Amino acid sequence: MSDGRLSVFKTYKLYVGGKFPRSESGRVYEVNDSKGRWLANAPQSSRKDARDAVVAARKAFGGWSGATAYNRGQILYRVAEMLEGRREQFVREVAEAEGLSKSKAAAVVDAAVDRWVWYAGWTDKIGQIVGGANPVAGPFFNLSTPEPTGVVAVLAPQESSFLGLVSVIAPVIATGNTAVVVASADAPLPALSLGEVLATSDLPGGVVNILSGRTAELAAPLASHQDVNAIDLTGADAGLAKELEIAAADNLKRTLRPQAVDWSADPGTHRLTAFLETKTVWHPTGALGASGSSY
Amino acid sequence: MASVFAYAPAPESRSVVDIAPSYGLFIDGEFAEAADGKVFKTVSPSTEEVLSEVAQAGTEDVDRAVKAARRAFEKWSALPGSERAKYLFRIARIIQERSRELAVLETLDNGKPIRETRDADLPLVAAHFFYYAGWADKLDHAGFGRRATEGIAGANPRPLGVAGQIIPWNFPLLMLAWKIAPALATGNTVVLKPAETTPLSALFFADICRQAGLPKGVVNILTGYGDAGEALVAHPDVNKVAFTGSTAVGKAIARQIAGTGKKATLELGGKGANIVFDDAPVDQAVEGIVTGIFFNQGQVCCAGSRLLVQESVHDEVLHALKRRLSTLRLGDPLDKNTDIGAINSAEQLARIGALVETGEAEGAERWSAPCELPSAGYWFAPTLFTGVSQAHTVARDEIFGPVLSVLTFRTPDEAVAKANNTQYGLSAGIWTEKGSRILAVANKLRAGVVWANTFNKFDPTSPFGGYKESGFGREGGRHGLEAYLDV
Repeated sequence: MSDGRLSVFKTYKLYVGGKFPRSESGRVYEVNDSKGRWLANAPQSSRKDARDAVVAARKAFGGWSGATAYNRGQILYRVAEMLEGRREQFVREVAEAEGLSKSKAAAVVDAAVDRWVWYAGWTDKIGQIVGGANPVAGPFFNLSTPEPTGVVAVLAPQESSFLGLVSVIAPVIATGNTAVVVASADAPLPALSLGEVLATSDLPGGVVNILSGRTAELAAPLASHQDVNAIDLTGADAGLAKELEIAAADNLKRTLRPQAVDWSADPGTHRLTAFLETKTVWHPTGALGASGSSY
Repeated sequence: MASVFAYAPAPESRSVVDIAPSYGLFIDGEFAEAADGKVFKTVSPSTEEVLSEVAQAGTEDVDRAVKAARRAFEKWSALPGSERAKYLFRIARIIQERSRELAVLETLDNGKPIRETRDADLPLVAAHFFYYAGWADKLDHAGFGRRATEGIAGANPRPLGVAGQIIPWNFPLLMLAWKIAPALATGNTVVLKPAETTPLSALFFADICRQAGLPKGVVNILTGYGDAGEALVAHPDVNKVAFTGSTAVGKAIARQIAGTGKKATLELGGKGANIVFDDAPVDQAVEGIVTGIFFNQGQVCCAGSRLLVQESVHDEVLHALKRRLSTLRLGDPLDKNTDIGAINSAEQLARIGALVETGEAEGAERWSAPCELPSAGYWFAPTLFTGVSQAHTVARDEIFGPVLSVLTFRTPDEAVAKANNTQYGLSAGIWTEKGSRILAVANKLRAGVVWANTFNKFDPTSPFGGYKESGFGREGGRHGLEAYLDV
């Protein structure tokens, strides 16, 4: 741009079912930087967009939850690799979105890359931490294993537009869930760009779906949607979170309430376990040394 | 049968691998000659062609390598786990990228079929590094609790220090992965000695460490013979000994480290029982028996080298088994159709031959698959013994070759009694359609790995190791971390 060349703007689009549609509503809204300068027009997703995203997420669930944990780990690591290669772009977008200096934005992006690596390593370990054999008092083999709960609606944090975003998406999909993500309303651009990274990381289409728009408008249909299994309320304020939790009770969605989070801290495992079911399998073991027919 | 099903040659190209005429020891990030300048040759067991000449480590080299590992330990162990993780992820990815090259190299140096190195060894090697990479920053989640010595709640378990690791020739790169990946993930540094007949893949791994930018001294590779291994175990600044190999050497190591603070894992011999019940699907069982004992020419510590077959199906199983063995293709390991490759060394071939002679002399009935053996190289036809009793040498001693001993049983109790009637306790197999019988028998078996309706399955998430004189400690899985932590 310094040589006077006119730059090419990017049209920011949604990421749904592995494709990049505009909002079916045809609406956009202005996205500004922290000083109020116009950055781009982002799609203002509708309730219909949210429902379409749920359909895409449900469609992807069978394949993704059925993939081996090793395979999911490789793909999450691939996301880190792809993100590292587009580091400069994200540093710029995060700096603009959050009003950070370049060096602070760079630290945020680095932490986000490392967070993908952290969760890549969890895919084939969480089962060994939260599952295991149960020593029941009887001649039975008894094993508990975690399984993904299904489609998870994720209201990404409003403030941390990228590190926070990655920190809420990665644990949901690491265990085999699929996600419908509502990006930070005022700073959606890093999230929409993340869709481009996910699309080139061997992640099957529909595993992560990213919507931009007004959080409350999109959260309501997601919270009451009968084909959504869980909802992460991180991006909702206290009042909205309560309303959504009430709506979510209709089909007993697993809900993760908003809480104060330091996104740069060790994330622990609670975002993984929040969206897991435990399945316990019993099987008789019989006993040797008894009559020949009792095995 | 071979003439009926003639296969056109389908050799994998050797051009993907470039073997240098000579290699040094990898110490402190540099390749160097042995202090006394000694070298030895490594040959391709399928052709007896000399592949390369490698440095032969002596006591002085061991000392240099341990000192390099000690110097590297302070910084390496102090790195945040997430940074160690990223080094290991890099290594995993480079192994994936170079896996065809490494598969061909391993086949050349070891003699095993390319089908195995390409489809089993190398994918597992990469997966192992990938798995343990992820543990490096999650050690406080691994369930080992606080350190016993210092009662600080939540304190991460600490690495041990310098690990001296000695690996065998049957799965050279895979055994390296089993040793190095958990050691580095937990913050230890290593000095590793590959077997003298298969030094090359470890030296290529040294190059991968350089490509990955691994700090100097974190991994040191010493090629050499048993004397170098002994010096490594004896070195006063080694904190941890990990050995995979024979039970005799394992016992010698256990004696050697007695009275020291050295922690050890020993993964030793086996005489695995593969138990086939009368309700087992015969065709699947036969495939499992073949995998169990002829995978890697039977040179597998967890091989199902004793077939315990229920008397009522003995004839049926043996008939199907012999028919199947007659179709195995023995020959050029680089040929993609080859099932049975070369025996790793002349010495091992002689050992197998001697044990088989003993088997015949003691009265067991020998049957060998009718196949032509190549004129050069070390070869042994798939062989089985019937009419074997528990007292026979071929039912008791580990042969470590493509030789199966067949025994019979009538009841599950008898099967368990016979399966457990061994000094070893590494692996076992159970073939039956009945789930409760699988679990009842598995509960009674004194073996560290029990495969049901499958055999020789490996995964980085799954712990592996033996009972009794098959060694102690577990490698792989969450359990494999414990061997390298001060817990």
